[in-house]
Amino acid sequence: MPAKYYEIRWHSRAGQGAKSASQLFAEAILDMGKYAQAFPEYGAERSGAPMRAFNRISDEKITVHSSVENPNVVVVIDDTLLSPAVVEGLDEKGVLIVNTAHPIEFIRKKTGFNGKICTIKATDIALEEIKRGIPNTVMLGTIARVTGLITLEAAEQKVRGMFEKKLSAEMLQANMRALRRGYEEVSCSG
Amino acid sequence: MIKTHREAITGAQAAAYAMKQIEPDVVAAYPITPQTPIVEYFAKYVADGVVRTEMIPVESEHSAMSAVVGAAAAGARAMTATSANGLALMHEIVYIAASMRLPVVMPVVNRALSGPINIHCDHSDTMAERDSGWIQLFCEDSQEVYDLILMAVRLAEHEQVRLPVMVNQDGFIISHGVEPVELLPDDVVKKFVGELKPLYPLLDTEHPVTYGPLDLYDYYFEHKRQQIEAMKNVFKVFPSIIEEFYQISGRKYNFVEPYKIDDAQYVMVALGSTNGTIKYVVDKLREQGKKVGLLKIWMFRPFPKAEIQRLLTGRKAVVILDRSASFGAEAPLYEAIKSSLYDVASRPLLGSFVYGLGGRDINPELIEFAFEKAMKHELVTDQELYLGLRE
Repeated sequence: MPAKYYEIRWHSRAGQGAKSASQLFAEAILDMGKYAQAFPEYGAERSGAPMRAFNRISDEKITVHSSVENPNVVVVIDDTLLSPAVVEGLDEKGVLIVNTAHPIEFIRKKTGFNGKICTIKATDIALEEIKRGIPNTVMLGTIARVTGLITLEAAEQKVRGMFEKKLSAEMLQANMRALRRGYEEVSCSG
Repeated sequence: MIKTHREAITGAQAAAYAMKQIEPDVVAAYPITPQTPIVEYFAKYVADGVVRTEMIPVESEHSAMSAVVGAAAAGARAMTATSANGLALMHEIVYIAASMRLPVVMPVVNRALSGPINIHCDHSDTMAERDSGWIQLFCEDSQEVYDLILMAVRLAEHEQVRLPVMVNQDGFIISHGVEPVELLPDDVVKKFVGELKPLYPLLDTEHPVTYGPLDLYDYYFEHKRQQIEAMKNVFKVFPSIIEEFYQISGRKYNFVEPYKIDDAQYVMVALGSTNGTIKYVVDKLREQGKKVGLLKIWMFRPFPKAEIQRLLTGRKAVVILDRSASFGAEAPLYEAIKSSLYDVASRPLLGSFVYGLGGRDINPELIEFAFEKAMKHELVTDQELYLGLRE
């Protein structure tokens, strides 16, 4: 049996950290003893341009090196990108996760997606906790909660490992709070 | 068993990490997408004092290869890395590096040659160098990037070879994709690659030599013949290097990798990262009872003709995938396979598919389509077909 893959597609703007977030997620998966790939899609490299990144996850070694066409989950980091194009290839059993302050109905209208939609005010949380509008850590918590692919503990361990040496104890704690709030404050419907 | 550690890194990081452990005397490089992160990571190792390498930030790729040639001729272990137009700009000196028999190792991150300008993967850059006299290795994933760069040093520096080696990885797909890679401890790698034994170094002033002088009809031809022989020696020397690498890593390499090929009637042949996607399709079709398999080419130059003949004779059909075109002639891998099979006892039906130019995605469905064509015996020898192209 060829391995079954779980696939995630990220939509963001260059500079918003989707590439790092997808990498962080892949590392957390690997830390749990599973296999993962993370790869960005580059067009013209300029800050603010729409970009996509991908994750492929499996219990077995992953050999496929093609793009992701039918993701199980779509993550939108910047809600100005919402359009039917972001849910292309996502079937109604899939999940759409959006960093936004808008209500779920707004997202349904913008994308035409009828499946499960989850929202998190990740940029607001990031601004409150880490004083910067970089939503990566928050999103990691949200994805852990929604997909169940990694536990909150695994995500915490990853964030601690990443930032322990780079950041002050205070900033590390702020990131940990951001992660937990991403896990706790997500709301889903459908 | 040696203790390794597993890290989630890109192909570019894998290359830079191998270079860090090799710790060449000299690295001269010029950044070009998608090779840039290799140079960035390595420059950081230099800046942080992790390696004692002399890093020369040159003004062009022509200068990068020139500096590496100078350093290698002086008796140093020298490396660089490049992509696409950077490799094309090096071309003149790429040929000279091989002609001077300098054991340079160069990771190449494959990217389409201009024009029009394209930063994504295909093999047009490395194929333009296939007759330059360099050994050319191709990697399926980041693990192979790491492993083959380490083995490349041994191969390049072997006394019976003394030829430069290009270690190819697919631009962005591998260079910027994060995957788990098993990394060996520094001391194990240092012991494996050993110390360079300089041959006729310029800095040995007690025994003065000259490199690259005028060499007309009196001896040029003999020198070229020596290069031809050195390439043939790769076939004698590589097996012991891969065996030694297996001893430290548990990973087995060869000139080619046969995958589920034993009873396969329909075999696909390819270079680089696409092989992983083909393996997935082979698994799927095998489950349906189809007798399909894969022959992955690790070494493209010298071309392992004997292995290919042995493994492909008697198959019903062989499908060759090329990620580059040869305008007005057969695609490079197809041509090489076809020519190898001229003399085999039982020649398979052959099919040529060009795919993925300029980074066009190659997905499992396209590979399955090519296998279907073979299984339906719809291949026509020398009819070049295209995968994933609008026509």
